[in-house]
Amino acid sequence: MAVLTAPHQKPPVPTPSRGGRGRGPRRTPPLVLAFVLVPLLAEALWVFWPAAQGFYLALTQWDGVSTPQFVGLDNFREMAGDEVFRSAAGHTVLWLVLFGGLSALLGLAAALLLQQERRGVGFYRAALFLPVVFSLVATALVWQAIYQPDGVLNQLLESVGLGSLRHAWLADQDTALYAVIVPALWRQIGYVMVLYLAGLKGIDPALYEAAKVDGAGAWQRFRHVTLPQLRSVNAVVLSVIVIDSLRSFDVVWSLTRGGPYHSSELLSTYMYSTAFQSLRLGYGSALAVVIFVLAFGVICSYLVRAFREAD
Amino acid sequence: MSATSTALRRKRAATAGFHLGAGTLAVLWLLPILLVLVTSLRSFDDIAAHGLGSWPHSFTLDNFGQAWNDGGQQRALINSLLVTVPCVLVTLALAAMAAFALSRYELPFRRSLLLLMLGGNLLPPQILLIPVSKLSELMGIYDTLPALIGVQIGFGVGFYVFVLHGFMRAIPAEIQQAAVVDGAGPWQIFWRIILPLTRPALAALSALSFTWIFNDLLWAITVLRSDTKMPITAALIGLQGQYVSMWNVIAAGSVIAAAPTVAVFLRFQRHFVAGLNLGAVK
Repeated sequence: MAVLTAPHQKPPVPTPSRGGRGRGPRRTPPLVLAFVLVPLLAEALWVFWPAAQGFYLALTQWDGVSTPQFVGLDNFREMAGDEVFRSAAGHTVLWLVLFGGLSALLGLAAALLLQQERRGVGFYRAALFLPVVFSLVATALVWQAIYQPDGVLNQLLESVGLGSLRHAWLADQDTALYAVIVPALWRQIGYVMVLYLAGLKGIDPALYEAAKVDGAGAWQRFRHVTLPQLRSVNAVVLSVIVIDSLRSFDVVWSLTRGGPYHSSELLSTYMYSTAFQSLRLGYGSALAVVIFVLAFGVICSYLVRAFREAD
Repeated sequence: MSATSTALRRKRAATAGFHLGAGTLAVLWLLPILLVLVTSLRSFDDIAAHGLGSWPHSFTLDNFGQAWNDGGQQRALINSLLVTVPCVLVTLALAAMAAFALSRYELPFRRSLLLLMLGGNLLPPQILLIPVSKLSELMGIYDTLPALIGVQIGFGVGFYVFVLHGFMRAIPAEIQQAAVVDGAGPWQIFWRIILPLTRPALAALSALSFTWIFNDLLWAITVLRSDTKMPITAALIGLQGQYVSMWNVIAAGSVIAAAPTVAVFLRFQRHFVAGLNLGAVK
């Protein structure tokens, strides 16, 4: 690389050039160092330091007032016998499968339907996408009205002769969790659709032409051209979905607070109520560690991909 | 002749089928929104008499006034904006600085730093909630808006650094070299050259981060306690408790809470969608 600068200034380096020049210590302008350090310190203060504390607190018993008492792995032992924890963990897995799986499938389906640029497609896309900008709280309230005993859903069932299915959807232990998933899906599908639309746009049309010439039908073209070409988008969608699922909190909190009788409890809501309502901060931290462990694999794979990208 | 006309007819049928399918889907998606708009314009007596699911028999704008004044939405909306606007500006400024340094200079451990910052953003917030609330108590800012602003900035910045880094890395080195020859320092390069070229990404991320921060609930209820400090999302839950089963007021409150982000979306739709795709690691 040509060095055009005065010795005290460094040449800009667009790509890492390992071994290209000597690796001796080089002086970085102090301003540039500050540019990295200030944001890093902000994140260290609000994220890294608290995260370290969070892991430590998981090994303690703490009411938030007195000093935390170290209890080793007792919190995790307690979980093994905690009925609510077990059902919350089960619901979280169910949430991951239903919310995650359906939003991926339906998002892909919507993207396939709306991929072609044609008249009106902009409106349809915007309609599906609009809920993405709503807060989950507002979304939840909209659907809460729909689910009311005298709400639209029951009215609709009645009008098509299914009045026997009328239901207090959110108050029934058997339906509460599913009733909470639907609004979350309503909001997530448009987001996933946008990711897939970008992925579909990136596929070379020549591939489809070639497949057509070879006599591949629509399904075969989808199976052997579209899906393999979407592999990297799929990986992105998977990470987004897992991370979003484990973070899901707002919609459950505003609709049911995890009730009735913990029937729609997720690990995230259980963690929040344990920590901030029962004031069992140690046990709450341990629950948070469980959520972290569940997310860990996805975070790592995301970072590995980012690492390759950053090369 | 007849072959082309059949082909034409088939094409028309396919188009009609598409619009039917996509139209149904769009209506299905918009129906809940329409419903909340209609409910927000009905009177309480109407809903009490005819039920939530019936056709409207009344029209009133009073619900908005009630949610706005008595329900505390006005204050909540101001709180939300007081948090969101500085958060977006400061986060993006910090992120742009870090991304600039990491992408245009050969700092030691640059890749590790980048991934460390991104990794912090990917953490489940639950692991941070308790320590963050205690930290803000320790710093004496618990239950104040600066605590919420601080944690939003700290938690969000890593993601934007990563996205902007990807964007800035693609800017050709020659541009910067030319500036260096002309005697420009890092600040001039950053401010005069790199930042203007990063504008599309910054616009996309602003639209995106505005809605994310504005829509947040979890951090707000973690570091705030008083009703008067709460942003609009938390206030909406308060409204739900205050006006139990007064759906007209709750619906009006939801409309008020959603309006700012919908406005941002409609105004910056292109940026918004671009932002979502920027965020996805390709």
